[in-house]
Order: sequence, then structure tokens, then C-alpha cells
Amino acid sequence: MAVVEVRGLTKHFGDVIAVDGVDLRSEEGEFLVLLGPSGCGKTTLLRMIAGLEQPTDGEILLGGENVIGLPPRARRVAMVFQSYALYPHMTVANNIAFPLRSQGMPAAERGPKVKWAAELFGIERLLDRRPRQLSGGERQRVALARALVREPSVFLLDEPLSNLDAKLRAAARDDLMEFQRRIGITTIYVTHDQVEAMGMGDRIAVMNQGKVRQLGTPEDVYHNPSDVFVAQFIGSPPMNLLETPEFLYGFRPEQLLPEGIASGEADRMSLTFHVNRVEYLGSERYLYGHIRGHDETKVIAMLPATVSLPIEVDRDHKFSVAHSQLRFFERRDRGETIPAQPL
Amino acid sequence: MTSSTLTRDRYLADNPKFLAGLFMSPALIYIIALVGFPFVLAIIYAFTDISTGNPELNFVGFDTFRRVLDDPVFRKALWNTFWFATLANLVVVVLATALAEVLTRDFRGKWLVRFLVLLPWVAPVSLATITWLWTLDSIFSPIDWVLRQFGLITENMYWLGRPQLAMWSIVIVQAWRIVPLAAVIVMAGLVAIPDEINDAVAVDGAGTWRRMFQVTIPLLAPIIAVAVLFGVILSISDMSLVYVLTRGGPTHSTQVLSTWAFIKGIEGGALGQGAAVALFLLPVLVGITAVVLRLARRREVL
Amino acid sequence: MAWRDADIPSLQRRAKRRRRLGRVGLYTSAILFSFFAVFPFSWALISMFKQSSDLYVKDNNPFWFNLAPTLEHLRLLFVETNYLTFIRNSFVVGLAVTLITLTLALPLAYALARLRLRWGERMGIAIFLVYLIPPTLLFIPMTRVINTLGLQESLWSLIVVYPTITIPISSWLLMGFFKGIPMDIEEQAMVDGQSRIGAIARVVLPLMFPGIVAVVVFAFTLSAHEFIYALAFNKSSAVKTIATGVPTELVRGDVFFWQSLQAAVIIVAIPIALVFNAFLDRFIKGFTMGAVKG
Repeated sequence: MAVVEVRGLTKHFGDVIAVDGVDLRSEEGEFLVLLGPSGCGKTTLLRMIAGLEQPTDGEILLGGENVIGLPPRARRVAMVFQSYALYPHMTVANNIAFPLRSQGMPAAERGPKVKWAAELFGIERLLDRRPRQLSGGERQRVALARALVREPSVFLLDEPLSNLDAKLRAAARDDLMEFQRRIGITTIYVTHDQVEAMGMGDRIAVMNQGKVRQLGTPEDVYHNPSDVFVAQFIGSPPMNLLETPEFLYGFRPEQLLPEGIASGEADRMSLTFHVNRVEYLGSERYLYGHIRGHDETKVIAMLPATVSLPIEVDRDHKFSVAHSQLRFFERRDRGETIPAQPL
Repeated sequence: MTSSTLTRDRYLADNPKFLAGLFMSPALIYIIALVGFPFVLAIIYAFTDISTGNPELNFVGFDTFRRVLDDPVFRKALWNTFWFATLANLVVVVLATALAEVLTRDFRGKWLVRFLVLLPWVAPVSLATITWLWTLDSIFSPIDWVLRQFGLITENMYWLGRPQLAMWSIVIVQAWRIVPLAAVIVMAGLVAIPDEINDAVAVDGAGTWRRMFQVTIPLLAPIIAVAVLFGVILSISDMSLVYVLTRGGPTHSTQVLSTWAFIKGIEGGALGQGAAVALFLLPVLVGITAVVLRLARRREVL
Repeated sequence: MAWRDADIPSLQRRAKRRRRLGRVGLYTSAILFSFFAVFPFSWALISMFKQSSDLYVKDNNPFWFNLAPTLEHLRLLFVETNYLTFIRNSFVVGLAVTLITLTLALPLAYALARLRLRWGERMGIAIFLVYLIPPTLLFIPMTRVINTLGLQESLWSLIVVYPTITIPISSWLLMGFFKGIPMDIEEQAMVDGQSRIGAIARVVLPLMFPGIVAVVVFAFTLSAHEFIYALAFNKSSAVKTIATGVPTELVRGDVFFWQSLQAAVIIVAIPIALVFNAFLDRFIKGFTMGAVKG
């Protein structure tokens, strides 16, 4: 029995279709990421699971039970907002205790639990402070402690790392991952940052315009994108896509290598790569240019530092891509992969 | 396509529709009962000859209105209502803007200045008016004393005793009372002007006067409109100032609609006529509100 | 002119002169404004201590105590008039009106600010329009209503009617404050296990404190200022408020007890002004929020 399941979930705001018939099942204890650009419906989907929005159609099942119509307090999920939503007029201790008080837990029981949650995140010494006295990282930990103090079965997070500066973000990500693994709680995590998604998710649901485009592990969505949108949303820089009259084909920047570098030339497709610009970033080089025959499309190649072959600018070079790495899509963006074909 | 919602009745304390009804109805019922109903009643009264001696609702068509309109005092009161409010608020706009500029700067003794300057607004109207009643007394006014000392006059001015002077006295006291409120409103607007604009103007080299006329006042226009709106509503709706200062005298020369309605309706007992007089406040208020709001909207800069 | 040719010292002198003139202008304006504002009050302050044989002499210097100052008029005010009753009445009415207003306006303001109602915006404007219907229009039928309800000659008449003035503007004001509280916090409280009402009570209302203070100030101010209803409903001395009691009671026939009258004004006006100044900054914040959000 899945911890969280939605079937045919739909949400209309007037004429706008925010979520369009989404089906999703989470595995027990998994870290499921909802990934997509802003406006794709991921936050609306999360809010419907929490009970903050009522769906227009479809079902939501928590622990196998239909929770449609139940308010958030009846669903017993935990949620952390982007802003952390700490109660400004309460101390950290009271913030963390709040969910327990709302349940009617007596004070004697609350104290130990608050302590336990605070220790989990290393914030015991902050218990008497107020939110305005805390740093961004500390606030996040308070929000997490508050969310988990009542040991919910589902943990919902809405872009909780976006408010942290870059340096903190990596450390916070690490903490979050480690802690989720330790507790083993089913987590649904919303983000627009595909690097975050790839690094954290057991599975990623890539969403666009209210629909789930692909649900899979990071390897799945990276190596076998189900359509052009996923192909170009995942990966930075995005997948290179070239058009022929019948279809589109794509390959990742690191898969475009100078001829002769990679082994097994027989299984590779040759391309003439005209390089316009080179970016040297130390650990890798980015080559910007276009493929002869597809002169309008920008193509990027990524060479690791281990490939020291000098590449001259404003010249054509011979490059190649392995046949097995090519991905094919139908021209109308609702592509499916069809087996690799020689051109 | 409208969004339908699926809800369960069990959790009423979360149901937005239920909550909306629960939260809004007490206040709305209260207002409808105690404002809506008397409002309708006021209109009805104006079409009857109801009075404290004859408290029945006899419909007399436009008869009451005709009696009211034929009275020359009414015409004077209508004119005065309009005229006092306009004059007083013109003065208010200029003074309040200047005062707001002063109060947004830092200087020694600012708290005291602010305290003193707010007194006219903060003191209850009728009480503040009493101080003026005494200050403008026909015999013992200190103003007259000072003017006599300087040899500028030999006889007292009778500030409230001569029709023309009485009218001006009322306008001045009216303005005196409203300037603090208007200044506070304009101050809020001044504070809202982003610092970048002031910096850009300073860099561009504009002096204080040019800055005031070409940048500050146009940006302040919508806020000044709000201040004027409040000032006008206050001038027109307030009855105590004129009532305490002159009772509408001498010989009804300073009568305004509100005092005339009170004197006719409550003191005189002619409820129908009083209601009719008071009703004329409505078009004046609505008209001025509409004009000011339209002017403000057109100049929406920020 | 080219920069290199500019006469820097003379420009600096001119700038300094302009700045000094500016400061002089500022202080002059401040002093003038203060003088004009406080003038009648200062005259009241002097008069209330003057003996009648000093004050009622036309050619005496009014600003000087030609005879020793006296507290006689204050004694008269407190002992021989209902002045203290008037103050008590205003206070009682203020308290009751505050409670009624908060009870009705807080939920209304919340509903308008938060619950996504189709006619929310129009409601807000309608409420503002109600505020525009002045007591000076309604007082005649209102008097009849009060008489019918049997509330005339009692403080209840005012307690029942004043909220019609305070509720519209308080709702408007509180709406602005509610909108300033992020939705996040409410939703967090709901996910944490509160019903919506619980979330409002435990998390939103504590943050509304400044708005509530503004409403309290407004309600008390009204009950001290309001004139026409108070005059129309209550004619007997024991139930008058400050606003109507002072102008009517200290006059016997044609004789005005001027010094006591002025004292009555000063004793009430100064504390009110002090309280107001203390809360002025908070008040501006709420007002601009209400004005901007409409």
C-alpha cells in the first residue's frame, strides 16, 4: 500500500488548468521529487496533498484512505514551506511544540518530544530564542524539527532550500538527505532546481503544464527522457537537439567527443562540429558552436579536462556520438524514444 | 469553466463558505439594520409631514421638500455648506503639505512641535471649538486686545457677531482643525516616495522649490486627493463646530445643512423637514467624492 | 562653465548659505505652525487660572496675571458640575464600543482579506461608502429608532449606535493589517493540526496586535468626540459625554463660566493628545496599508 497516491488529480483555477489528471504513487520511505519550471503545477499538487487546496477532480489517498474533503489537520501530514513559516510571536520551543499542542498532547509528554526533535537537528541551545534572532540555516532546522516532532507518515517540502544562499544550500541539502535516510520517512519534495532534484531524489516526477512528463530515477530521466521537454529540462547544459524532416535526435554535451578519442568508432555517428567559442572552466571545457547541416541550432559539447586535445575556434572539427547514446523524438514534442537508427 | 470543490460537511470549522458566512453576517446585519434601515427611513420621512407633535407617517408628496426649499435659510445653508468646505480645504491643502514637509525633517524639539500641531485634531471637536469661542469672544478676545494695543482698531471686531466675519471665522477654525489630519496623511505619502527619486533629483541639481513643484507635488497628488477627500467629508459631516461657535447665527448667516437640520428637526420638532434638509448632504458628499476620486485615479503615478 | 574654471570656494559659500537659510526657514515654519495650532489652547490654559475680577476687565493685559492665579474654577468644575460623570460616561461608552467593534469588525475584515470571495473587492468599497453616510444625515430617523427601542436618555443609545461608525472604518483598517500577515503562517498552523478558526486565534490574532490597538484608539476617540448623536439622544445631564456635557452644562442662562469651561477642555485634551502621539507611528502604518490595498 503506497503511503501517498493520487489518481487522475485535476485542479482548475477558473479557466486555468493548474494540474491536469496526474497519477502518482510513492514508495514507502522514498524521497520523491516533483520537478518542473514555475507554473507547472508542482506546488499546487503538493498543496492538494496537504489539504490546502481542494481538487476539482480525482482522488488522493494517504495510507490507502481517500482524504478528499478532509482539512489539513485531519490528514496528519507534515509540511515545510519555502519561507519556513515560523511563528514569530513564539519561542523556538513553542514553535516545535505547536503541532503537539494542537493534537491535545499534555505538557508532560510534549517536553521530551520537543527535546528529542531539537536534538535531532542540533538546535537544543536555541530553544528559548525567537525566530527573528535566528539565521537562515537555523530557521530551516527549526522548521524541520517542528515538522517531524509528531512523527508523521508523510513529509511535504515546498522548495525549502531556495531561501538559503548558495554556500548554505549544499550543506543543508546534505543534512536533509542524511536525516531523511536515517528516519526513513516518505518525503515529497518540490523544486525547480534540477541539480537539486538529481542529487536528492530516489525518483523524480518531471512536470510541465500540469502533467507529469516522466516519472523515474535520476538515471532514467537523464539517459532516457520520455520527451523533448524532459530532455531539455534535465541536464545542464541541456541536451542538444537536432532536427531532420522526419524527427528530432539528441545527445548530451558530454557525449559529443572529438573523433578518435572514444573507442569503437564503428558504432559512432560522425558529425562536423564548427566551434565558435570555448569556455575553459578548469575541470572541463565547454565548446559552443553548430553542426554542419544544422547551422541554426546551437550545440554545446563538454570535454573533461582529461581530454587535452587543443580545439581551435572558428574551425570545423570532426566529432562523433555513439549510436547507443542517441535519442530520438517525434517532431511534435510528444516524443517517444524509438530505437537508434543509422542516418 | 468554474472550479467545483469536493468537501465533507464534518469539518465545518474549516469550510471556507461556512466561515465566510459566519464571519461576515454579524457585522453586515448590524450595519444594514442600523444604517440601511434609518437611511431608508430618512428618505421616507422627507416625504411626510412627521413631527414630534404629530408622529404619524402622512405622505405629503413633495410638500415637505417645497417648504424646505422655499425657506431662504435653507438656500443659505446649502451655499454655506459647499462654500465653507471648499475654502477651508483649499487652505488645508497648502498648509498641510508645507507642514508635512516640515514634519518629515529632523530638528530639535520635533516631538514638541508634533504634539502641539496635532492638538487641534486630537482634542474633541466641541471642546476645541469652545476654546475658539472664548478666543473670539466679542468683548474679551485677546486678539482684539492685541490689535487695540497696536492701535489697529478702536472697536472690537465681533468675530462671531458680524455675518461676514463669522463666516470667515468658521472657515479658519475648520481649517485649523483639519490641517493636522491632512498633514499626517500627506506625510504618509511623502514617506512612500522612494529614496531613489529624491537622490536622482539631488544629482540632477534641482533646488528645493523646483523639487517641490515638479517632483514632490505631482507624486503626492493621489495622497493629497485622499487628504482632501477626508477633509471635505469631515467639514460637511460635522455639525458641532458651527453649532457651538455660532448656532448658525448671527441671523442664520453661518447656517449649514447639518446645523439647520438639527435645529429644524430636533430642536424645532419638524422631523420631516429636518430629514429633508439632511438628505441634501448626500448628493453633495457623493458628488465631491466622485470628483476627487476621479482626479486621483487619473493622476495615478506610483 | 568648465569644471576647472569653477570658483569652488564661492560655490561652497553659496551652498552653505542656502542650507542655513533652509534651516532657518524650517525652524521658522515649525514655530509658526506650532503657534497657530496651540494659540487658542494656550489662551484657555491662561484663562482657567485667572480670577474673574482680573479676566473680565476689558483693558487688562490678558496674558498677564494682574491678580494672583486661582484654582477656584477648577474646584467649581470638579465639585459643582457633572464633569467627572461626563468623563466616566465617555470612558464607559468607549470601552463598550471597542468590544462590540472588535467582535464584529475583526471577522469581517478577515473574511474580506483572506477568503477568496468573488465579491470581496466590491464589498470593501461598499463598506467604505457606508462610512460616507454621516450621522448628520441619519440622526433624525436614528433618534426615532432609539426612542422606539426605549434607549433614549441612556448610555446604551450611544453604545448601540456608535459601532455603525466604527465598524466600517475599523474593517477597512484591519483588512490592511490582515493582508500584511503572510498566508504561509496560517497554512502552516493548519497543517500542524489547527482548524482554520484555531489557526486564526492562535497565530494570526496575536500578530494583529497593532491593528487592534488602532481600533481601540479609534473607538475611544469617537466616543469622546461624537456630538450629534450624543446631543440628540441624551438630554439629561447624568448621561452626557464629554463632547456634549461640557458645552451645554457650564452655561447658566446667558452666563458662561468661561474659566471652568476652558479648564474642562484642557484637562481632557492634553492626556488624549499624549496618548495619540504615543501611538501615531503605528497608526500611520495601518492607514497606509489600508489605503494602498483599497
